[in-house]
Amino acid sequence: MTKQEISMTVNGMEKEVFVRNADTLLHILRAQLGLTGAKPGCNNGDCGSCTILMDGKPLNACHMLAVEASNKHITTIEGLTDTTIQDKFIQKWALQCGYCTPGFVLNCYALIENEPNANDVEVDEWLDSNICRCTGYQEIKESVKELLRARRAYG
Amino acid sequence: MNQKNFTYVGKDIQRVDIEDKAYGRVKYTDDVMEPGVLIAALHTSTHAHAKIKNINLEKAAQVSGVHAIITGEDFPYPVGPMLADRPPIAYEKVRYFGEPIAVVVADKEHLAKYAASLIEVQYEPLPILQSPREAAKKDASLIHEHLGKYTTMVEGVHAIPKTNIANLTKIRKGNMEKGWEESDITIEANFSFGPADHVALETRVVRAEILHDGRVMIYSSTQGPFYVQKMLSEFFNIDAGKISVQTPLVGGAFGGKGCVQLEFTAFLASRAVGGRMVRLVNTREEDLVTSPVHLGLEATVKLGATRAGKLTAAQYEYYFNTGAYSDMGAGMSKAGAVDCTGPFKIENVHTDSHCVYTNQPYATSFRGFGHPELTFVMERAMDQLAKKLKIDPLELRLMNAIKPGDTTPTQVHLNASNLGDVSACLRKLKQLINWTGEERTITRDGKIKTKGISSFWKTSSTPPNATAGTILTFNTDGSVNLNCAAVEIGQGTKTVLTQILAEKLQLDMKKIHITVEVNTQYDPHQWKTVASSTTYLAGRAVMAAAEDAIFQLKQVGAVALKCLPADLEVGNGLVYMKDSPEFYVKIKDLATAYKYPNGNSVGGLILGAGSHVVRHLTPLDPETGFGKPGPQWTVGAQAVEIEYDPKDYTYKLLKAATVLDAGQVINPKAAIGQMRSGMYLGLSWASREQFMFDQDGVVLNPQLRSYDTIRASEAPDYLVDFVETPLVDGPYGARGIGEYGVIGMAGALSNSLSIASQVSLHELPLTPEYIWQTVNGGGK
Repeated sequence: MTKQEISMTVNGMEKEVFVRNADTLLHILRAQLGLTGAKPGCNNGDCGSCTILMDGKPLNACHMLAVEASNKHITTIEGLTDTTIQDKFIQKWALQCGYCTPGFVLNCYALIENEPNANDVEVDEWLDSNICRCTGYQEIKESVKELLRARRAYG
Repeated sequence: MNQKNFTYVGKDIQRVDIEDKAYGRVKYTDDVMEPGVLIAALHTSTHAHAKIKNINLEKAAQVSGVHAIITGEDFPYPVGPMLADRPPIAYEKVRYFGEPIAVVVADKEHLAKYAASLIEVQYEPLPILQSPREAAKKDASLIHEHLGKYTTMVEGVHAIPKTNIANLTKIRKGNMEKGWEESDITIEANFSFGPADHVALETRVVRAEILHDGRVMIYSSTQGPFYVQKMLSEFFNIDAGKISVQTPLVGGAFGGKGCVQLEFTAFLASRAVGGRMVRLVNTREEDLVTSPVHLGLEATVKLGATRAGKLTAAQYEYYFNTGAYSDMGAGMSKAGAVDCTGPFKIENVHTDSHCVYTNQPYATSFRGFGHPELTFVMERAMDQLAKKLKIDPLELRLMNAIKPGDTTPTQVHLNASNLGDVSACLRKLKQLINWTGEERTITRDGKIKTKGISSFWKTSSTPPNATAGTILTFNTDGSVNLNCAAVEIGQGTKTVLTQILAEKLQLDMKKIHITVEVNTQYDPHQWKTVASSTTYLAGRAVMAAAEDAIFQLKQVGAVALKCLPADLEVGNGLVYMKDSPEFYVKIKDLATAYKYPNGNSVGGLILGAGSHVVRHLTPLDPETGFGKPGPQWTVGAQAVEIEYDPKDYTYKLLKAATVLDAGQVINPKAAIGQMRSGMYLGLSWASREQFMFDQDGVVLNPQLRSYDTIRASEAPDYLVDFVETPLVDGPYGARGIGEYGVIGMAGALSNSLSIASQVSLHELPLTPEYIWQTVNGGGK
């Protein structure tokens, strides 16, 4: 068996796709489902540009097979609208060319959801999985840290 | 001149592309899926220098879904932006590890890659040259046997046949003998670093298609859509007008997308399959190694000064490592020569700048275009000189800071407009970082905190006829479409150009629709989006187009309002009487013909057109360098503060600071972002980025897990401030700023680390291992 049909929930919608066993999730998201927000920055798990959420946890979509996502809940940047982290990125100008942005947004979103008590060192470590070549990271770090602080202060 | 009562200029106006980017809605070149597109994959060289004895395509051709395989035989002619020395696909020999040898075109990506992996190449190894200084020697083996026969594409490239020197730029200013005589103290030092990379997160990508009527459609992630058109036209002998190049937003470039590489290959691939659309996208590994890189350098500098600290003479010998092909290396070696002294007044200058072939990946422009490189050399040397003179490094720079009335190494006369204020930047930096002289502060846990400084300048080596143009059209709601071929690579040019137009028309930003995609068929010509020149060139074009539109609006407005055009003003979407603004006509009622109440119409469409070209630039005299290489010099001063651990030679980047003379900041938040961005890139390069090669010239770290870049936790805090000395002919006084944050970082970091480690550090990257080796004697 070199190909199979799998189903997964992508951004809240049931999707059935016919995939080669060797296809990465990133390839299927982009080429079959038209969700091009996840980017192939390295296809090697090094840059984080393809970050998606699987059952709420951030993962590199280039580093997993599509078949591994079978019956899982996948969230891509297209499924993330009007979040506080996106508002913060806009307010802080935490992007320039924008290519790494979907990956960073999803990673930051997952951090805030999963680790609301993360301190500054933990935030920096968490962000180390993604590369940005434009901003120098300051605005991205500030975005996450300010949101976490605000959440802790106001619940 | 520097009036500050602007409405839009000088304001933190939100980036026009920010929401689409934050929500992941932007379509980059490879985010468009074309049904039926064929996929190209490369087979690349495993040798850094070898004759190609045989290429066996048999097994590859048998893979199902393979349409065509092309090799150097299909187009055995060299191409290149300055000196045509590079076959798009290796022909007869390979000159670097990773060079394309064959291109497979197939139905699907995995089939193309599988077939490419089945190609068998027989090599006959040739001697490997990896040091540019060694390669420049008279008896060195030759990488390009036909160097004297290559076509020179632009003026100012002086290749030396029967050597590995692709270009030699000479600067001869003043009288060296006199200069050395006047000097009480001299220092001499060697510097070196190998090639590194741009690492734009979007790898280079192109789709090419040849239509039945001969038109060529290119979709490319490039900084120069019109340059792609020009190069394809010149090398494939196609009418330029038949080539259409389309570029959406670009996912980072840093100079690496300023030249033409994959476009040639994809065109050849499409030609091989009857013109069908072919997509060629670099893997990260190919983007790092096969596509062009950031050049290396080996250099010797000698400086002379009086005991009081006045610089009297400077001699530079540069060996720029352009790798296997000259590409823009030939231009950067020239750019490095013309600004070799940095922003200092030196009357006697002698420079030989060689662009040298080696068997390493080839170099193209990198943000700063030769200046981060020359500045590392000069600024480290200045600190060494300061130490020998026992003068505060910042004071030494202030004493020698270049000023209006002085001349550059190529003897351009500087004035208060074409030169920013170096001294003001240094003084502001002094306050910004609280500089109190060279200091080592030892922390409680035995670490050492130090600050290092640098200063810089740069002119843009634009061609003497670099242009940009703008066309303005109006919609029936009175809003304006701004058409311009400036490429958005993250720098915010779409926002800045919109602000300039908003200011000129006194029109709400929301009423201006700037084209996001560039299309050479619809947009007016623009040289490239490089060289920190877009705000200047395209900004001036926008202003000229706005003036044209205003003139027309007043002409028709005068008819509508029964007055003279001179009685009228344009602003807030209205054309109104200057002395009685209550008499007005809306732009929306004028711009697509003014209609009288009885239905008669007058005026037609308002179409604003404008362009700008750089003025008075000249090629350089081949013997003395005399000439005008660029329009103006943006200047600045920078610093880096570190915490160094003498136990294990590691260090933390604490702060990085820039003070830049921006002329007039158009958008403070965008400008601060550009400075931070540049500092990051400069520090990442200076502290850890470099390709590692084995003795055969094989790249050992062609992946982002082994090719190290600064990550979030390693980044410093950034401090940014500006000085504003207007450029008289810049838009609202603005100077180019895009590249400048990079330039002084390597110099400032090496100075800071040299103070901390108490050894003089002259190589990049400044890794703990290199510092350890130097502290323990001898360097690498």
